[in-house]
Amino acid sequence: MTLLTNLAAWGLTRFTRIVTGAHARWLGCAPVPVQRIYFGNHSSHADFALIWASLPSELRKRTRPVAGADYWENGTIRRFVIHEVLRGVLIDRARTEHARDPIELMAESLDAGDSLILFPEGTRNTTDEALLPFRSGLYHLAARRPDVELVPVWMENLGRLLPKGEFIPVPLLCSITFGAPLKLASGETKDVFLARARQALLATRSSARPENGQAHELR
Amino acid sequence: MSFDDHTLLIAAGIFGILVFASAVGAILRFAVARGAPHPVIDNLNARVYAWWFMAAVIGIALLGGKTGVVALFAFVSFVALREYLTVAPTRRGDHSTLVLAFFVALPFQYLLVWIEWYGLYSIFIPVYAFLLLPTLAAFSADMKDYLQRSATIQWGLMICVFCVSHVPALLTLDIPGYEGRNAFLVVYLILIVQSSDVLQYIWGKLLGRRKIAPQVSPSKTVEGFVGGVASAVALGTALWWITPFSPAQAGAISLAITVMGFFGGLVMSAIKRDRGLKDWGTLIEGHGGMLDRIDSVCFSAPVFFHIVRYGWTP
Repeated sequence: MTLLTNLAAWGLTRFTRIVTGAHARWLGCAPVPVQRIYFGNHSSHADFALIWASLPSELRKRTRPVAGADYWENGTIRRFVIHEVLRGVLIDRARTEHARDPIELMAESLDAGDSLILFPEGTRNTTDEALLPFRSGLYHLAARRPDVELVPVWMENLGRLLPKGEFIPVPLLCSITFGAPLKLASGETKDVFLARARQALLATRSSARPENGQAHELR
Repeated sequence: MSFDDHTLLIAAGIFGILVFASAVGAILRFAVARGAPHPVIDNLNARVYAWWFMAAVIGIALLGGKTGVVALFAFVSFVALREYLTVAPTRRGDHSTLVLAFFVALPFQYLLVWIEWYGLYSIFIPVYAFLLLPTLAAFSADMKDYLQRSATIQWGLMICVFCVSHVPALLTLDIPGYEGRNAFLVVYLILIVQSSDVLQYIWGKLLGRRKIAPQVSPSKTVEGFVGGVASAVALGTALWWITPFSPAQAGAISLAITVMGFFGGLVMSAIKRDRGLKDWGTLIEGHGGMLDRIDSVCFSAPVFFHIVRYGWTP
């Protein structure tokens, strides 16, 4: 890594933590250096940066976000950020003829020992629903490398901080919660697995919410 | 006594109270909890540490004069507005409104206080932001819950920015015979409001029986309220010599400050209830968020400001 890359990585981490005010909550697992696929809800481009910035630095160096080539290959700064800083695995969402199979690209990266960050909704969620239906990629990847644990990551408020199409972030407080890992069970079908993974992400969401009732002790 | 003597006396008094509170906390920790984790005592100690920190920050800001105090409360407003809007039900269509609230309305309000333009800072948010921000939101395509969203954002600006900005605005009042001493008004307000909070807590823990608003805040009791307000008013009366008021006036004004402060705590608890929250945030260890700490100041600052402005400025 060059000095510029290191500086950009440091700046991005600091900036993300300050703007989002988010402390990572590891409720379902610990931030330990085991190979994982982190799968999160996707509502903003800041999602990539937040998961990445929330990992301890030794994990961060071995974790690569999976991102859409159509967006990130467009422009010098984006290219620098995704290739040099985040070391992203770029996939071709349009599936042009010469494009390589995205699952194969991700599996290769796992074989090299890296962890992955991916957003199984496939696109940013701009609806009022908590989560869009999952695309099948998560299942195919889990079927290809069933030993790697999948960690659900719920991020709250990022879609409000920087909605799709906006450029100035509003400094609302965000939260990021790492839930309990799951693995593909033997013989589990695609639909069953995807429903279970989606449910695990929603469960991470509810575990992150403050309990109702219980007013402040002193007030 | 001179201004410097008064400053020294107040600083020594606050220092003494903090030393006393730290000593009580340490004794409780070793004598009652015997060093083991104890939720109530640990929370008390965390609060005392936070008080040291806050007293130091306010002291440093006061040394910085008007600029220091304006900067500190602009920051306080920023953090408070951030906590408030984080849990406010806004939608995508509010993005530009929120950007304006944070990056234009807030700094502009404090700039107006800093240049002492009373005629504008007293109406900028209640009139101009009130009329223009909903207009901007009306240009967005999203009309779902429009009224609720607009009202929510305006309310947040009023509480977190407009009301809080009346604390530094105390420095801009020209009170004949009180020149150069306005910093005491800031100290007086914060001291009375915060001691009222603490004293209500202590009286409530000691004697609290009848809940005053069980639906909103189970820890607020009639006994805590009466005891806390009465002792804070006694403190406010006893400190009349740092204010431009007579002892009787100081007592009446302290009563207004503490009652408004109580209302502030009640209203902000009601909002937390509505949003299903325990605390506004985790900014200050042991104190929840910024809004948990300043809810009472939000309500008392503008009232205190206008009482002083009406009665003591020409």
